[in-house]
Amino acid sequence: MNVPAALKRITDTIWELPVSYKEGMLVPARIIASEKLIKEMDAGVFEQVSNVATLPGIQRYAYCMPDGHWGYGFPIGGVAAMDPGSGVISPGGIGFDINCGMRLVLTNLTAEQVQPKLHQLVDRLFARIPTGVGCHGFVKLKQDDFRSVVQQGSQWCLKNGFATRDDLEMTEEGGCFPGADASHVSEKAVERGYNQLGTLGSGNHYCEIQVVQPQNIMDQELADAFGLTVVPNQVVIMFHCGSRGFGHQVATDYLKLFLSVMQRKYGIKIVDRELACAPFHSPEGQAYFSAMKCAVNMAFANRQVILHRVREVFSELFHASPDELGMRMVYDVAHNTAKLEKHRCNGSQKELLVHRKGSTRAFGPGLPGLPECYRNTGQPVIIGGSMETGSYLLAGMSTGADAWFTTAHGSGRTMSRHEAKKTFRGDKLQREMEQRGIYVRTDSFGGLAEEAGPAYKNIDEVVEATELAGLSKRVARLVPIGNIKG
Amino acid sequence: MPFQYRGDIAHADIAFDAWAPTLEELFKDAARATMQVMVENLPDLRPAQTLEVKLEQENDEMLLFDFLNELIFYKDARRLILLPTELSILPGDSGVTLRATLAGEEIDVTRHQMNTDVKAVTMLRYKVEKVPQGWRATVVLDV
Repeated sequence: MNVPAALKRITDTIWELPVSYKEGMLVPARIIASEKLIKEMDAGVFEQVSNVATLPGIQRYAYCMPDGHWGYGFPIGGVAAMDPGSGVISPGGIGFDINCGMRLVLTNLTAEQVQPKLHQLVDRLFARIPTGVGCHGFVKLKQDDFRSVVQQGSQWCLKNGFATRDDLEMTEEGGCFPGADASHVSEKAVERGYNQLGTLGSGNHYCEIQVVQPQNIMDQELADAFGLTVVPNQVVIMFHCGSRGFGHQVATDYLKLFLSVMQRKYGIKIVDRELACAPFHSPEGQAYFSAMKCAVNMAFANRQVILHRVREVFSELFHASPDELGMRMVYDVAHNTAKLEKHRCNGSQKELLVHRKGSTRAFGPGLPGLPECYRNTGQPVIIGGSMETGSYLLAGMSTGADAWFTTAHGSGRTMSRHEAKKTFRGDKLQREMEQRGIYVRTDSFGGLAEEAGPAYKNIDEVVEATELAGLSKRVARLVPIGNIKG
Repeated sequence: MPFQYRGDIAHADIAFDAWAPTLEELFKDAARATMQVMVENLPDLRPAQTLEVKLEQENDEMLLFDFLNELIFYKDARRLILLPTELSILPGDSGVTLRATLAGEEIDVTRHQMNTDVKAVTMLRYKVEKVPQGWRATVVLDV
């Protein structure tokens, strides 16, 4: 057990490291977890969330969500809100895979209708959506067109026939962060990414076919509102991917820039070089914010063109248009971002720069920025579990204000990739999963072994902790039947 | 094997230690450790294409950071899996200069056993140091 002696229990699901825990902490660090999950947290979470609490301008608390685990700079699951006037922006609080995120899409098909064609469906998705290391995408672009993509995000997709207006409405920020200026992005980032629009990537990125079984609906009213009860055993599609090599290069470029100016020019001392940062209002901070928005938009566009492909494949196999198949988006959520948002802080409404790294925005009912249809329900929150165990759809709660309306993003790893690969065999796992009714296609058995279910925390415990902490309410558990993986 | 993967300092990422008698050998070992995260059967890589690279940095540590990132860049930009065949590091005007010949080939999933994509080199626990036996590096890769 790695729990520090200084950790205090605030409630059953909120734990706190006081500012006295580490020299330089400006605010306490809070971890959202059940008692069982807190005991299982790796040592990196306590070390890294308390490091985050030392960053200039941080407000109220540094947070880590219940799926938290060892990251770099921030822990995965980390959340920090900075005062934009006095605070910093840090690529280590966002991650290399900028706007890695989740999208959930409905169909009106039942599991019984899809089962006979499941292999064909998964095989065709695997053939048509490029996956794996270094894959190039199906949307061929010139570098200048790619610059338009990263400035416009899903709006570029709408103009070019890859999106509907409803898709944009159902994407966080309408699928485009305004203020993305490609002149702040290196040639190298463009060269690295312009061939990758329409690719899943590898690691924990996937596209999954799932079933909403009636016994797994936890909130009937919200499930109705989110469209999960069109037919019994309704089939839905969930996918997870990000800004690919483009976003990774943007993050690397600015990590290096910030390391070179942070102390020399701005006199900022940090406890971990991965927390390299610059004042938000400095030229470097603003350039990164703009470049990061370009990567956010690339990821929205990437998920959007992948959705277009998914619709094509379903249409071909079920001989009906996407509309006739009810292929509407529930929502698209971003995991790795920094955004200016208005929150209540120390008694007044303030604009804050909220860093979320491996965590999800979870706006409660009534908050501005949600589509009209979700004003009363709160934001749909899509939580991907391991490929073996299932995923969840949750809804943001009005009680989430203290944590800047943020919740978990997945189940969180408990076993290192290195250990998982020694413990499991990808080909054997693929056969076992098929026997349990989950058909998986991959280019990499090594990569598959790293994603085995036991390498992750129990997703049921993670989402329950977020609900008990008042961050996000369970709507339904989604069971996988088919998966393509990088 | 002059490098070893570690499961104790990163969970979602891949960590390794590399060590070698010379700085040049250390760079080559770190390159192999990085590329093997992506391609399991690295010894089967064919030297079908070669590229010359020149990198300048203020110190050895940031030079290795740039060098590994260069290999990661070519994997995405041109789908090339490359390893250094010749490599020299010399003091330059304001730091150190690396010149290397990289050789390898385009990803071919029918012959290459693909693993997991490397997104970036992180600064977590990152270290390049001179030790009594030569040189040693600790690297955590974001995957």
